[in-house]
Parts: sequence; C-alpha cells; structure tokens
Amino acid sequence: MNEVSPIAASSALAFEVQRVREDFPALHQDVHGKPLVYLDSAATSLKPQSVIDAVDDVYARDCANIHRAVHLLSQRATARYEEAREKVRTFVNAAKKTELVFTRGTTEAINLVAQSWGRSNLEQGDEILVTELEHHSNIVPWQMLCQQTGAKLVVVPMTDRGEILREAFEQQLSERTRLVAMAHVSNALGTVVPVVELIELAHERGALVLLDGAQAVSHVDVDVQALDCDFYAFSGHKLYGPTGIGALYGKERLLDGMPPYQGGGDMIRSVTFEETIYNELPYKFEAGTPNIAGAIGLGAAIDYFSSFDPQAVRAHENAVLRYANEVLEAVKGLRLIGTAPGKVAVLSFLMHSAHPHDIGTIVDSEGVAIRTGHHCAQPVMEHFGIAATARASLGMYNTTDDVDALVSALQEVQELFG
Amino acid sequence: MDLRELYQEVILDHGKHPRNHRFPEPHNREGRGYNPLCGDKIALRLQLDDDTISDVGFIGQGCAISQASCSTMTEAIKGKTLPEVQALFSKFHTMVTSEDGSDDDLDALGKLAVFAGVREFPMRVKCATLGWHTLNQALRNEGGEATTE
Repeated sequence: MNEVSPIAASSALAFEVQRVREDFPALHQDVHGKPLVYLDSAATSLKPQSVIDAVDDVYARDCANIHRAVHLLSQRATARYEEAREKVRTFVNAAKKTELVFTRGTTEAINLVAQSWGRSNLEQGDEILVTELEHHSNIVPWQMLCQQTGAKLVVVPMTDRGEILREAFEQQLSERTRLVAMAHVSNALGTVVPVVELIELAHERGALVLLDGAQAVSHVDVDVQALDCDFYAFSGHKLYGPTGIGALYGKERLLDGMPPYQGGGDMIRSVTFEETIYNELPYKFEAGTPNIAGAIGLGAAIDYFSSFDPQAVRAHENAVLRYANEVLEAVKGLRLIGTAPGKVAVLSFLMHSAHPHDIGTIVDSEGVAIRTGHHCAQPVMEHFGIAATARASLGMYNTTDDVDALVSALQEVQELFG
Repeated sequence: MDLRELYQEVILDHGKHPRNHRFPEPHNREGRGYNPLCGDKIALRLQLDDDTISDVGFIGQGCAISQASCSTMTEAIKGKTLPEVQALFSKFHTMVTSEDGSDDDLDALGKLAVFAGVREFPMRVKCATLGWHTLNQALRNEGGEATTE
C-alpha cells in the first residue's frame, strides 16, 4: 500500500492529529494484544477526556435535580444544563434557545416529531417522503405514523452510487407531500445529501422538512437557519459526547403549535385533576427528569469540537478518506459500496472471498474495530442486493496509519479465505 | 485468541462448498432461520420417517461459520433418530458456549468438534447455532422463522 502517496501527512500536521489522539483515552489500549485501531465512529465516536470529566463532575459535585429546588447544588446543575442548551443552539446556529429540545438521541427526536406534529397534522392520503438511504430510525417512526393516520410513505430512490438526485426527488414530491424526512448524511454509505436544494423544492410545494443529522453533525457544517430546515435531529454520542442524549431543533412557530410528546413532570405549568397547563418551550417537550449529566457532557463535547477550526478537521478527515479510498480500491477482490462524489467518513465494502461478518472477526483479532452488518439501513442493502457490508468509518482522531492497519488486516482475510 | 482455531480448514471448506445444499424431495418438514444482526439466512427442509431423518438439505447465505455449521450439521444428522439429534445439539451447544471446554464430548461430536473454537468468539456463537435452531424449528413444524434474537 506504500506506493500510494501519503497525501494525508501534510494536511494532518496543521491539524495535529497526534495531539488530538492524546485527548481520547480509549484509543490508548490494546485489544487481543494489539493496539486498538478504532474505525467505527459512525456507530459511536470515542469520547475526549474533557467530556468524561464533565459527566464525572456532575455526579461528583453538582448532583441535583434541575428546575426544582432552591438549594445551591440544584442551582448549579440547572445553570449547567441550560448552558449546555445554549452551546447546542450556537453549534447548530438556531435563532433561539427555546427551539432546542433535549432528547435521548436522534431516534427519540424523530419519534417526537412523528407523534406530536404528525398525529395532529396528517390525514388519510397525505404523504411523507423519505429517501432510500434512510436509517431505520427515519423509516419506522413514519411507518407507525402512517398506520395511525392513513398517511402514505413515499420513497425517493437512490442511484447505484448511493446518491439522491434532484430529479428523482422532484418526481416523488407531490401536492400531498406534507413532510420530507431525510438523512443529511447517510450512515451506511457516507453520502452527503444535497439537502439545501431539496429543502427549497419541498418548501415550494408547501412540505416541511426534517433532517436526520445523526451522521452529519461531526462531519459537515450545520446551520439550521441557512438550511431553513423545519426540524433537525441529532445525537450527542456521534459528536464525541455521551450516549443517551441528543437534541431536536424545531422552528418555534411549529413547536408552539405541537402538543406535548410525553406527559410528566417539568413539562407542566400547573396540574389539577380538571386541567393541566403545559409549560413553555422547550420544557413542554422535556417530561421527567432529563439526562442532566448527558446534556452537560454534550455541551462539553461541543466545547471540545469547537476548539478546532472545523475546516481543518474536515480537511484532515477528507484526506484520510481519500487515502483510504485509494488503498482499499487497490485491495484485490474488494468492492466499495457507495461511491457518491460527495461523501464523508464512511467506507462500506465487500470482499469477494469473505462474508462481512467473517471480515469483522478477522480484522478485530488484529485490533481493528469496524462495523459489519446492515447498519440499520436494510433498504440500502436491498438496493445493492446484499445482506450486509463491512464498514470502516472515520473520526477526527483517525490517521492514514489506521487505514494501513485495516488494509494489512484485510490481507489476513485473503490469506484465510483466498 | 487464535483465528486458525476458529477458521479451521473444515469450516473454510464447508463455508465455501456447503454440503447438502439443495432441497430434498420428498420432504415433510421445513424451517427458516434468520440472524438479524448479520443477515445470515437459512432455509432447511427434511424428510422425517417415523423418528428418523432420512434426508435433509438447506439453501442459505451468510458468513462462513453459519453456512459451514449448517452444512456439517446436515451431514451429521442424516440417518439419525430424533433423540440422537437432540443429544447431538445439546453437546454442540455445550461445546460452543462453555467456558473452558471441560465438558466437551468430542468423540460424540465427530467432525462438529471443529466448531470448538467458536467459544472464544462470543459474538459468533449465534452464527454457529443458527442452523441447529432452524432444525429445531423444522422438527417442531411450527412454521414461522427461527431467529437468533
């Protein structure tokens, strides 16, 4: 693999990836007696020490419930929780803090919109448009909603390279389309969907747009005002933050008109047995004690991520991706799945001789962690007539050395399977 | 953890060239198995005469472990009675899930003993047992699908 020029080396210097790696304790361990090579950030990213410390500190120091007691610990916890919301607002450039609802993650954010907005707005015959690229979490909530309302799920097909083209999208849009729910970036293939122009088209037809940003937030710029999307859902754990926390952005006028998703504490202003008055935004959608430490950890992750020039992070990741593309294409019997011109951080592939599951086990024994399976995107697999792929995915801490380790582990696959 | 312990020659061979990879005719029992985690699929048919499996075959796709396991299973159970088959599954299951292999009955398992290495790879136990679960489902003749989840 050495005949390929290490193009990442020069751009990596500016970004100082080796220093970044020092911030991630999980990188510094051996697995099966080999140094860990983590190439599964599309499943979940590793966490920098500052995020781990922030979560730890909540439980060690500011351990209290929020929005409740007058005591000091509760004041501190409340302040930090709300600071985290402000960090999320800045990160996605929402106009107002009230437009950001903390959720368990992307999945819960999408379900919130489906059950709250969807059930009160959709009728028999209305259409919800998704793309063939979607993760199951951006398919199933809409299928459930269709069963409940009689609405119809319509699918925009993708090309064999894994792209969503404007023409195909336009063809599936109709007068009955009420909502477009689509991935900003595909988790299975890494395709960046041209959401700006698709949102414009949808809005021209009077449809709202929800973006599933789970795979996007750590790899592309997200500015919800510039995108003009109506909802944006994402998770903290793919942005170097904790699991079990995410956020839903919604335009204020829409969130205002939506009924609560769940009932419980914190989402009410007053309760009697005759009547309950709901709290203001965003608390109307945050029933029950939330994941306080998770939200604060997400805030710390945004602080960490924002301490770098985002363009330098992207340039580094793209250089590693280009390098990986070159060297993987040179591996005999390897076929990349998903070759859209605009893609980030994901290399899905098949090998002629071995099933993805076997590839996963073999490279794991060499210390290389990749994902194998359908990546919760079975329609994508079906498009290519396959059951599974092996998927290597990148984070800001990955280097061309990691890619070389993968390629050399793949040689072990070839030795075993021929 | 040694890969060659897992991917023994017999397994690689049966994975590439599964035996009894066809549906027997006639057949009177049928089962389907699916491992949703990795998409391994098995469709198994067999002819049960009294309590003897006179013929068995399968069509499947998936990883080397799942296909090789099903392939060697079909060889091992053909001509056996139901109690014999159950005893074999029980021994096989013990072998791939036990901590240290001290209870292994390798003589009784014969060629199936090549799957002993699976116990070192907990994520792959479901691959190795998918064929057996599918067989059990076929023998119960319940219809539906055996799943590893």
